[in-house]
Amino acid sequence: MTQNDAKIVTRNLNLHYGDKQALKNISMSIPPNKVTAFIGPSGCGKSTYLRSLNRMNDLIDGVKIEGDVLIDDVNIYEKSVDVVELRKRVGMIFQKSNPFPKSIYDNVAYGPRINGVREKSRLDEIVERSLKRAALWNEVKDDLKKSGLALSGGQQQRLCIARALAVDPEILLMDEPASALDPLATAKIEELIYELKSKYTIVIVTHNMQQAARVSDFTAFFYLGELIELDETRKMFTTPEKKQTEEYITGRFG
Amino acid sequence: MKLKRRLMGGSVIGVSTAATLLIIGVMMWMTASIVVGGRETLTWEFLTTAPREGMTAGGILPAIVGTVLLVLLMSLAGVPAGAITALYLSEYASSRSILARLIRFAVNTLAGVPSIVFGLFGLGFFVQFVGTGMDNLFGGVTLKWAQPNVLWASLTMALLTLPVVIVSVEESIKNVPAELRAASLALGATKWQTIWKIVIPNSMNGIFTGTILAVSRGAGEVAPILFTGAAYFLPQLPDSFSSQFMHLGYHVYIMSTQSTNVDATKGIQYATTLVLLMLTFALNLSAIVLRSRMRARQIQ
Repeated sequence: MTQNDAKIVTRNLNLHYGDKQALKNISMSIPPNKVTAFIGPSGCGKSTYLRSLNRMNDLIDGVKIEGDVLIDDVNIYEKSVDVVELRKRVGMIFQKSNPFPKSIYDNVAYGPRINGVREKSRLDEIVERSLKRAALWNEVKDDLKKSGLALSGGQQQRLCIARALAVDPEILLMDEPASALDPLATAKIEELIYELKSKYTIVIVTHNMQQAARVSDFTAFFYLGELIELDETRKMFTTPEKKQTEEYITGRFG
Repeated sequence: MKLKRRLMGGSVIGVSTAATLLIIGVMMWMTASIVVGGRETLTWEFLTTAPREGMTAGGILPAIVGTVLLVLLMSLAGVPAGAITALYLSEYASSRSILARLIRFAVNTLAGVPSIVFGLFGLGFFVQFVGTGMDNLFGGVTLKWAQPNVLWASLTMALLTLPVVIVSVEESIKNVPAELRAASLALGATKWQTIWKIVIPNSMNGIFTGTILAVSRGAGEVAPILFTGAAYFLPQLPDSFSSQFMHLGYHVYIMSTQSTNVDATKGIQYATTLVLLMLTFALNLSAIVLRSRMRARQIQ
């Protein structure tokens, strides 16, 4: 893959929390309409890097970021970039499902509403489409007024995905989206990820190596704030180039 | 060894049970003596008429109305101001900002100031400074605002209750889960949209708790209104912000210390105290009911 086809290009990204350097000189390209998985032991920087792709790190006190992150060739850390607009294009799913204490409908309609969509029919349409894309529609279509918190864990996470899809993002960042779910709910999420990649560029952080192997097209291995290796998933899991990658994947450390 | 441990455990339970019983006992004894003392005087007429015959007969309607009015105006002024301050402190001010530290210092100091000092401040600031200013501004020759009235008393009381409101609202804003804010921001909401649609609705509980605490504190306080608006005897009901008013707590004080015949008014004193207690209780209860309704609506 050349840099020109990439959806997200990162060049020499360094990130410090106070005195501690969390990301060291990360450079990588993430292709469009593919699933890219980040793996690595806890504290290796994979989540931090994920959060720098929609500038969620900006919210933390004392963060210093250097380097470039280009989405469609525009550096998102440029002063002229509107963070709010950026986050509409780059949706995020969190580790712990976090529906608002509102109805299912209002959860999904939250994004469109803050964008000024008022028309009931238009909102209905967005809510239905988003819930369908998140494979939740059939389970909830009869009680959209029910609180999002009344759903099961797996349903809540799919609700969060529907909520993110409702603002029509181009990229979906997923931070260990299934780590708190049972195997059945996890399987549903993975299935969903597989379906979503035709429309979205997906980046997923996971602790679960099998998950990375199952859902992703590309895998990046992070260790101690550095990107050790990035390659096609098939190749990473069979013939990794770096010794550290092999050791981690085969479970010798981490 | 085992025996020693058992003895220790037993005595801790014994002492804490005794302490609890003591508190419950004192409370029940107080309530009972107030109810017993005031029961006979507390009639419908007592609640709906003004005092008569040098306040040895008649009712306490003006004091009830005055107290309710004071509490309402106080909440109207104090709760929004406190809530907005809390919002600023928790959402906008960085913890290192000098202004935020100054506000926190002021809030803590304010919380420790004796209520009589608030009364004196209210007299000096609202009645004399602001009131005189307003009288001069409106060109009136007569004294209208530069004297104690229900508005100045309410504002003084609002100042007194401000720290309670600020602390409880700030606490509940902090309790809004960070994940909800993150979710909102990640959807492309601005900071203000996140505050308005997520943070404030989810801290309504705290705003109500703050109001409840403020009301409880305010309804029973007398010192701050001594110089700023409470009247010794005023049979007609307040009809404007510049009216003085009677107050239940102040009325009890007057009856028990200033009355021409303290013994003759004993029933009135007890009954007035009972009404004050019930009123505070009712105000608290309604706020609690409102709060739990709101919570129920949020969760279902």
